Amino acid sequence: MSFIKCECGHQNPEGTDICQNCGRPLSKEEKSKRLADMRYDGAAIRSKTHKRSIVDKIWNFFSSVKIGVSIIIAILVASAIGTILPQVFYVPATSEAQAAQYYEDNYGLFGKIYNALGLSDLYGSWWFMTLVGMLGISLVVVSLDRGIPLYKSLKNQRVDRHPSFLKRQRLYGEGNVQDPDAVMQKAAEKLKEKRYKIREKNGALLAEKGRWARWGPYVNHLGLILFLFGVMLRALPGFYVDESMWIREGEISAVKGAPGLYLENKGFSFDMYTQENTNEVFSEAIDRVGSVASNYQTDVALYETPEGALPGSTNAELVKEYSIVVNKPLKHEGFHIFQMDFKLDELSAMTFALEQKESGESLGELTVNLADPQKEYDLGNGAKVELLDYYPDFSGFEDGEPQTATPVPNNPAFLFKMTTPETPEGETSFVAIRQTLEPLGENTYKLAFQSADTRDVSGLTVRKDKTIPVIALGGLIFMIGVVQGSYFNHRRFWIRKSDDGRIQVAGHTSKNWVALQRELDAVTEHAGLPAYTDQRDKEGHSDKSEGVSNT
Amino acid sequence: MNLVDLSGNLLFTAFVAYLAGTILFGGAVKGSKNEASASNKRWGKLGITVTIIGFLAHLSYFITRWIASGHAPVSNMFEFTTAFGMLLVGAAILFYFLYKSPLVGLFALPIAIVILGYAAMFPRDIQPLIPALQSHWLTIHVITAALGEAILAISAVVGLIYLLKNIDLTKKSKERTWLEFIMFTLVLVLGFIVVTVGFRAAGYEAAFDYVDKNGAQAEVVYHMPALFGMNEYSAKTEGTMQPLAEMPAIINAKTLTTFTWSVITGIILYFLIRLISRRRIAELVKPLAVKANSQLMDEIGYRSVLIGFPVFTLGALIFAMIWAHEAWSRFWGWDPKEVWALITWLFYAAYLHLRLSRGWEGRKSAWLAVIGFAIIMFNLVAVNLVIAGLHSYA
Ligand code: HEM
Repeated sequence: MSFIKCECGHQNPEGTDICQNCGRPLSKEEKSKRLADMRYDGAAIRSKTHKRSIVDKIWNFFSSVKIGVSIIIAILVASAIGTILPQVFYVPATSEAQAAQYYEDNYGLFGKIYNALGLSDLYGSWWFMTLVGMLGISLVVVSLDRGIPLYKSLKNQRVDRHPSFLKRQRLYGEGNVQDPDAVMQKAAEKLKEKRYKIREKNGALLAEKGRWARWGPYVNHLGLILFLFGVMLRALPGFYVDESMWIREGEISAVKGAPGLYLENKGFSFDMYTQENTNEVFSEAIDRVGSVASNYQTDVALYETPEGALPGSTNAELVKEYSIVVNKPLKHEGFHIFQMDFKLDELSAMTFALEQKESGESLGELTVNLADPQKEYDLGNGAKVELLDYYPDFSGFEDGEPQTATPVPNNPAFLFKMTTPETPEGETSFVAIRQTLEPLGENTYKLAFQSADTRDVSGLTVRKDKTIPVIALGGLIFMIGVVQGSYFNHRRFWIRKSDDGRIQVAGHTSKNWVALQRELDAVTEHAGLPAYTDQRDKEGHSDKSEGVSNT
Repeated sequence: MNLVDLSGNLLFTAFVAYLAGTILFGGAVKGSKNEASASNKRWGKLGITVTIIGFLAHLSYFITRWIASGHAPVSNMFEFTTAFGMLLVGAAILFYFLYKSPLVGLFALPIAIVILGYAAMFPRDIQPLIPALQSHWLTIHVITAALGEAILAISAVVGLIYLLKNIDLTKKSKERTWLEFIMFTLVLVLGFIVVTVGFRAAGYEAAFDYVDKNGAQAEVVYHMPALFGMNEYSAKTEGTMQPLAEMPAIINAKTLTTFTWSVITGIILYFLIRLISRRRIAELVKPLAVKANSQLMDEIGYRSVLIGFPVFTLGALIFAMIWAHEAWSRFWGWDPKEVWALITWLFYAAYLHLRLSRGWEGRKSAWLAVIGFAIIMFNLVAVNLVIAGLHSYA
């Protein structure tokens, strides 16, 4: 690495803007500026010094804030595009073809193009993930690129900077005073009172406070990196479980994704606000809106097979009983079980009577449990009904064969064989809701629908997310960093006396210049420092009270 | 008087106080020359006193309504928007004390007034909470997010002052056009209020049957003459205007009708103002801004983003994620409202980086602040009413 030698004799690494020792401007660019560029205290950052190799080029790409902002804006724009139409996971479709159909049916040509371009699954697309990945890389690179030189530069600060360094600060004043030493001493007093750390050397003074605020951006970037890392972890097996399950009232079912856990649905309830059961302040709203849901609740019992039990063994022990409601999931061993959905009044059983068609005389009744139908129902006295086939969600005939759309008993249909003493050969009957067919010719007997039982079904979601601690830590660190960098600032004053009795004073802050000025005002008044100006304020110092009433 | 009525009266008191505060701050700014004069001080003090009284009344509205309903009043459009107006005034008071600039109050109060007017157009009855909203996180998340947005909005307020002062309105330029466009959007909101109040006073009502996007039969009641009809509509009320055009099921024709009426009224209002004053609205307002110190406005703008950004992050992203994790089983689901909170956050992150490293201060920074506010408003208005997601307030 080559060095630049400053007039003061200090060897600075190539790319340094401001001499790290005395503070003279070094680079041509820096010399041409009226005010010092204090962003990294003029230290050389890696991306400004290494420009040759491929690694340097990649490094420089990701360390550029211009690129960083471009990535942020690209993610922003992409995110916005993803909200124009609902994303595919909010669309009622179970296959890609169905989804494509949905977009076309509902949103016409625009929807078709939107879906075809992959915008309907924008946030899961490779290019969106690449953008987020680039953001992560950029954060790592930029933090190393600038953080390290900034740290070194602030750690090795010299007290007696060159006069040109002071002159090139935004807040600057100079002038003759009666007794420079007394002024310096009084200034130091006042600054100490304001909790500045004071260092003095060769008639120069450096007062500094809040340096730690400078690390704020680095801390918050670290938090973001950790957060993104946590999100990435999800892709690993075992870190993330996300299942949904339907469970009927009265049923016990294995918890999906959680081996060894079983859940019993002891009852689902769904409540509404009514004029009677709520506070009267709500009555107007209930009148206006009509029905408003007040609660969805599944009462459950959770069972667990003891550790080491044989697979498939049924000696599960009760863990706890709990009422899952929205906003209050059941929590057990890192698993969360949420109330997400429900179906009211699903058919659970149907009762039929075996009747002689002509006389209407009944030979007895049978009840088919729709979740677990029997093969044969013996009605006694030589009458029996066999269930040849069962179609839980009958959707019509295809090539003469009855079809079922789903395994859910939404529209049950049955193929029965009825045998009675009168018809020992047996008669076949196809029974669906409001429909009876006799495929093999006219029957003597029929199965007459008597009644149906229903029960509710709870839709639950099972989640386990081991990445949460990492993500939460990332969020916490981000918050600490962003508060550290935004609510605190790094303030410095340099005061310097020269042999001819002149005093120079300069001030710098990472942000909040008004507060810095107020502090300098107080010190100036107390110590009799020369008046200063804000060299950036184009409208001038005198203009300060414009639009300001109480100063 | 019961608690609910008391609460309503307190809100009205706040509204009146903000009007008075605007006038007093106007006096303070008008009275100031280069030096802070005595009269300016007195007007400024009066202005802030009245503003604080209004804010306290507003806060009392919030608390009494909270007590009456048993939940924080942030659960529907009216409540949320009203709370946002309150926090905006709170943020303006905070910045008044940080920087002692009456200009912030002078420009923030009218914006708060317009926001309150907008809020009042939505149903004001107290609604019981649906299951998804029954959580303490509703209170924590919404109030923190709204506070963050209110603080961020201050940067747009001072940004607007900066632009009004620094853009030359005598010469044709893109900036002049856009500045006037901002003024026009404010007039549009007024148009919405005027037309809503107008038809409400007339008691206009027209019911229609229609077929919704799931193919189900539904009913809708318009409170303005229907310019656009819902999908396969049929009129149920006799003697009302028939829609000019029928919309497909994915478009809420009622919202579109309200929007169109508001735009028509807004345009009429805008041209009336220009016809009578014979000037651009920006020119009418500019005299109030010319006394501003640009450097100070720029500093306040940056400071409000610095203060608001962490609050917004905490409320709109972190608390939101915690709640989503409790309620919906995932901390992030790419719901439109969530995405727009993310967009807002990314936007202000871009603002900070552009300012820090590319030196985007002053005018550029002011424009960005105004755009940021537009994004916040978009999330409040359009995403709620148009791009309906899980968060949509029915
Ligand atoms: C969404 C992502 C990001 C967020 C939320 C974020 C947040 C922040 C915040 C709050 C600051 C402090 C700003 C101030 O004090 O005015 C900051 C500073 C900074 N950020 Fe980021 N940042 C993000 C991404 C990036 C990226 C991608 C880059 C790089 C290319 C970057 C580079 C920087 C730099 C160089 C600083 C200044 C550091 C210093 O003052 O020493 N940031 N960032």
